[in-house]
Amino acid sequence: MTNKNLSHLDWLEAEAIHIMREVAGQCERSVLLFSGGKDSICMLRVAEKAFRPGRFPFPLMHIDTGHNYKEVTDFRDKRAAELGERLIVRSVEDSMKRGTVVLKTPDESRNKHQSVTLLEALAEFEFDCAIGGARRDEEKARAKERVMSFRDEFGQWDPKNQRPELWNLYNARTHKGENIRAFPISNWTEMDVWQYIEREQLELPSIYFSHVRPIVRRGGAIVPVTEITPARPGEEIVDLRVRFRTVGDITCTAPVESDADTIEKIVLETATTTITERGATRLDDQTSDASMEQRKKEGYF
Amino acid sequence: MSAHDNIHDNGLLRFMTCGSVDDGKSTLIGRLLFDTKSILADTLTQIEKTSTKRGMDAVDLSLLTDGLQAEREQGITIDVAYRYFSTGTRKYIIADAPGHEQYTRNMVTAASTANLAIILIDARKGVLTQTRRHSFLAHLVNIPHIVVAVNKMDLIDYDQARFDAIVADYQAFIAKMGLFADGRDIQFIPMSALNGDNIVDRSESMPWYTGTTLLELLEKAPAAHTGHAEPFRFPVQFVCRPQDSANPELHDYRGFMGTVESGSVKVGDLLTALPNGRESRVKAVHLGGEAIAEGITEQAITILLEDEIDISRGDMLVKSGEVPAQKKEIDAMLCWLSETPLSPARTYLIRHTTRTSKAKLTGIAYKLDVNSQEQVEASQLVMNDIARVGFKLAQPLFADPYSQNRATGAFIVIDESNNNTVGAGMIL
Repeated sequence: MTNKNLSHLDWLEAEAIHIMREVAGQCERSVLLFSGGKDSICMLRVAEKAFRPGRFPFPLMHIDTGHNYKEVTDFRDKRAAELGERLIVRSVEDSMKRGTVVLKTPDESRNKHQSVTLLEALAEFEFDCAIGGARRDEEKARAKERVMSFRDEFGQWDPKNQRPELWNLYNARTHKGENIRAFPISNWTEMDVWQYIEREQLELPSIYFSHVRPIVRRGGAIVPVTEITPARPGEEIVDLRVRFRTVGDITCTAPVESDADTIEKIVLETATTTITERGATRLDDQTSDASMEQRKKEGYF
Repeated sequence: MSAHDNIHDNGLLRFMTCGSVDDGKSTLIGRLLFDTKSILADTLTQIEKTSTKRGMDAVDLSLLTDGLQAEREQGITIDVAYRYFSTGTRKYIIADAPGHEQYTRNMVTAASTANLAIILIDARKGVLTQTRRHSFLAHLVNIPHIVVAVNKMDLIDYDQARFDAIVADYQAFIAKMGLFADGRDIQFIPMSALNGDNIVDRSESMPWYTGTTLLELLEKAPAAHTGHAEPFRFPVQFVCRPQDSANPELHDYRGFMGTVESGSVKVGDLLTALPNGRESRVKAVHLGGEAIAEGITEQAITILLEDEIDISRGDMLVKSGEVPAQKKEIDAMLCWLSETPLSPARTYLIRHTTRTSKAKLTGIAYKLDVNSQEQVEASQLVMNDIARVGFKLAQPLFADPYSQNRATGAFIVIDESNNNTVGAGMIL
């Protein structure tokens, strides 16, 4: 008996499967958020292991800011088609047209406005649970996040009013209009994610691997030069060998310098890096120590 | 060689730390993260800045486990936070719960998933009321491995006599209270989290101590709930019936999906389905779509049976001959978690494994003082109270005593009006 312990990846996978099956068992209408990013790619593999040979008991959904890398949205569409699962895409641009998202300035990042579009989509489909790929190691505010996180009818997260979570007895009950955000890979770290991708040989969008890209250096960060994020006057555009550690809205995701062009090399690089994932790559968390917490209270993942 | 070849062998250990900020608990966690090189440069820079801002000379490692904004403003931690580190051979999840009296509920929450508890004692102060409380709660929630960390040895000149006296005190206390009387594994380590003595590196200041360092102990602790064989318990979470599939082989497919909460199951085993009591043999066990010979504890598997039996979520598969009790009345230790007191008049929901039943309180036998373990008479329960209670249920539960099986002995109480989790119970 004592020698029959699971490896850490087996354990994390089993826990994630358990959580997804709880969502399927407890919620009437759930949805899995799939962006084409590495964390949600892992979640799709977990969902396959949880529910095959059946279909997923939930559709996939992406809240698209309209500012995503084409490699990633193409991958998103391809992966959903391969799995034969339904993919819903709702866009922040539609919310802007409806007037529910109003940017302060035309070039303001749309990233935080995803919350509005997400809440609109949850209401449109009457979803009572959205499964997301957030991890507790990403950020301080996430370290105390529940696996099943309760949101009121305004989508708000109240850190002082969360349900205690004991043993593996998850409580995903809601009244109409409220919803649960379920995080099956809460206990995974960035390293676990890469090790899982390596073990399961999961395909990833190409921009996760080392490639040459025009960038400018701005305030210590590497900022990719794109149509949406042009160089500012006086900035020097250089071609740099980079990869993305995390992928999201173009306006707030920065790549890191890297030669790692295989998953094995990325795993090794992750093992020896000295900068946290968000510290290196997120341009939106650095504004203040508490900015993630603020966004979560407003309905963000 | 790929990087994970040397990581996965020794699995994953979940542990918790019990103590207050004054005992150096946050510093201990910070030290573990720091000495295992789990803290990256940008995080370190951030806490260096904060330490300087607060006028400290050295980096305050306790800042690593600092919590949410509101709590930071109050200067205290008020909830369970989870931290992660890996040694290259084992991955760890730390549940960090505060030691304040009013937060019994957080400690119980953190303890529920822990396989090891570190109970911190300030070497200058010895065994205190809070040490007794933490030990009692670790005992109650049945954490299999206990480490008593006598911290701040640097402040008592690494005095062996003082350490020995604290160990003797503690042993006398648990013997008197009947805690951990089941032969549970208890270890004592003298340490200084501040200086890193006996955490990851062996202390040069305490040559008299020949035992293991904290990390060595964590690396060796068995990760599984118990070391001995347990009966097979498989609460059904979800039934897979892919009828719409184009594949005719799947037309009769009925997969019972769930997590093996204890024991193991092999192809050919004779199982009993509860509550209907019907039996069938295991035709196949699947893990992530692949057939496997045996499903073991903590694996999330799918079981196919030879006969068609009506089974749905909330039912349980067990081995015939190891059938648990079916209970419509339960006697349990209950920790009340909600600001709204337990009402004897109301109907609650009880979630036990994957099963949910309406439940009503039948009585409160007594309340326990968490500091003295004294039994006190009580007519109602408020937040952080622990009591022995009875419930009657609309649906039977398939339960084992919590002391024998954490998974099938545990339940939560849900308030239907707001769906909050309001109680945590352990069946006697």
